[in-house]
Amino acid sequence: MTPIGPQHYLIVSGLLFSLGLLGVILRRNLLVIYMCLELMLNAANLALVALSHFNGKLDGQIVVFFIITVAAAEVAVGLALIVALYRKRQTAHVEDLTALKL
Amino acid sequence: MQDYLFYLFALLTLGCGSMIVLSRNPINSAMFLVLAIASMAGLFVLLHAFFLAAVQVLVYAGAVMVLFLFVIMLLDLKVEQRRRMNTLGIIMGFVSVGTIIAVMLHGVVATPVTPVLEVARHDGATEPLGQLLFSHYVLPFEILSVLLLVAMVGVILLSKKELK
Repeated sequence: MTPIGPQHYLIVSGLLFSLGLLGVILRRNLLVIYMCLELMLNAANLALVALSHFNGKLDGQIVVFFIITVAAAEVAVGLALIVALYRKRQTAHVEDLTALKL
Repeated sequence: MQDYLFYLFALLTLGCGSMIVLSRNPINSAMFLVLAIASMAGLFVLLHAFFLAAVQVLVYAGAVMVLFLFVIMLLDLKVEQRRRMNTLGIIMGFVSVGTIIAVMLHGVVATPVTPVLEVARHDGATEPLGQLLFSHYVLPFEILSVLLLVAMVGVILLSKKELK
């Protein structure tokens, strides 16, 4: 068995990103799509932490720290938007949300 | 030992990630997202990023997921009915995802494996991280705090009773 190197982590991260993308494309529920977006962000985080570890530098971890903070803010705003949308349209399915105008 | 832990956490993360996509009930998806994030925190520990693992569990598995669950309960979402699936969409989705996987795997495999650098291994202490954050990255840090304020004001404005 080869020792665990950066490529292992990158493969896991790539697969996780693809899973998230697949969810965004296939699922029809707005909230689940949002969760899959979080999954994609996490996959990027994993790649950054792995590269930062195997390069012996901490800058990647700082970037991940920033990404986590921005993601938390983004989740708050996005969920508020979804709730506001639900109040107007009574649905969270993307198939029912085809008009730009409320 | 560490290798087995890596495979365990990687399989757990990928399995929970696929269950997010597959499960019909949004609450199940949210729970699997919690599990995926927690096992990813395990991967962070294996990479000696202890602080980030703690932040991941606190912020993602704690705060963000509580927000998600609150909104799921608030919207009273039913189990997703089987809707007419767009076959073209499914085909295009799998094709694009397969292409991305192929490109990524090719990039990883084609790159010659460089020996892992053993210089300046920082064994995961939080102190150098904080020093770097508050010296070299202090401007992005301050901008981030402004961003959090903006997000807070925006959310309060969005959740008012009538949107104008």
